[in-house]
Amino acid sequence: MADDRPPSDRRGSAAEDAALRARLRRLGEQIGALTPRPKADDGPSAQGRGDPSNLARALRLSSEFIAGILLGGFIGWLVDYFLGWSPWGLIVFLMLGFAAGTLNAMRSAGLIRPQDK
Amino acid sequence: MAADPIHQFEIKKIATLGEIGGVEIAFTNSAAFMIAAVIFTAGGLVLATAGRSLVPGRVQSVAEITYEFVADMVRSATGDEGMRKFFPLVFSLFSFILVLNMFGMIPGLFTVTSHIVITAVLALLVFFTVIGVGLYKHGFRFFRLFVPSGIPIVIMPLIVAIEVMSFLSRPISHSVRLFANMLAGHITLKVFASFIVMLGGLGAVGWAGAILPLGLTTALIALEFLVAFLQAYVFAILTCIYLNDALHPGH
Repeated sequence: MADDRPPSDRRGSAAEDAALRARLRRLGEQIGALTPRPKADDGPSAQGRGDPSNLARALRLSSEFIAGILLGGFIGWLVDYFLGWSPWGLIVFLMLGFAAGTLNAMRSAGLIRPQDK
Repeated sequence: MAADPIHQFEIKKIATLGEIGGVEIAFTNSAAFMIAAVIFTAGGLVLATAGRSLVPGRVQSVAEITYEFVADMVRSATGDEGMRKFFPLVFSLFSFILVLNMFGMIPGLFTVTSHIVITAVLALLVFFTVIGVGLYKHGFRFFRLFVPSGIPIVIMPLIVAIEVMSFLSRPISHSVRLFANMLAGHITLKVFASFIVMLGGLGAVGWAGAILPLGLTTALIALEFLVAFLQAYVFAILTCIYLNDALHPGH
């Protein structure tokens, strides 16, 4: 593409290219520094993006929460059934599951930092 | 019955392959679509990159953009180490789910990802990969994942129990999210679309009234395409985040 131009012109455009590239990289670094890193469990950052992604957000948070409770209930039932601790297994694990579900939902909403304190 | 919104998810047997312990192993429409998706993805990528032109054509651009997209995602979530190890896994999952979701958007085709068996197996695959890689790389230090630092020793057992539960519930939410989105979306679409036909049965007034659900259905189809892509993306990025835990437990 550039080959049909006179050599001097080509060198000029090469220098320009290098300058442009350096500028692009600098800009990229600035943008990288400014954009928040993707939060845990986040799809595309869902802030103010209209209906569809708010719906997705709602589904995500509720699924996180419900997953914790379901798992807690299931483990509690297993413990009751096989170890005969009824009803304490269900009570304890359901509450643990509830706490885990809340933790999941909060983590997913970005209210607490993921894993690293 | 055509108006039954659940009918589209029915698994149909195409051929019986054999029997294991009295349970019939059948080749179903679901399996057929999965194979089709794999062939479509693999064949499409091979064909798209066969030209290897420096200035990519349309098909090659699609392949390159997909690669760049997933590569960026993996690199930003798991770093260079994760990129080297897990890119194939994440790319396979992403393209598999995306193609299956998009197949589901073609009228009359089956939506494989609307069955929780499929999504659960995919999520468990990720779950066990995380555990396996974490244990292999870090040994027992992997379990520091469950012990957040800076917690008073008194409430430590409680926190650890909650963290373990939170970890175990991951594959559930991971799989339910994809499955529920696809199932609910397709049912909604079918219900609204059947309103058109029902209203049309009322005669001229009905046809005029049917414009409303027709518009809604059109909008919903656009939304469903978005959801189909978004859910594949969300599944892949969650995979990356979980894999990152395997590489850097406890930070």
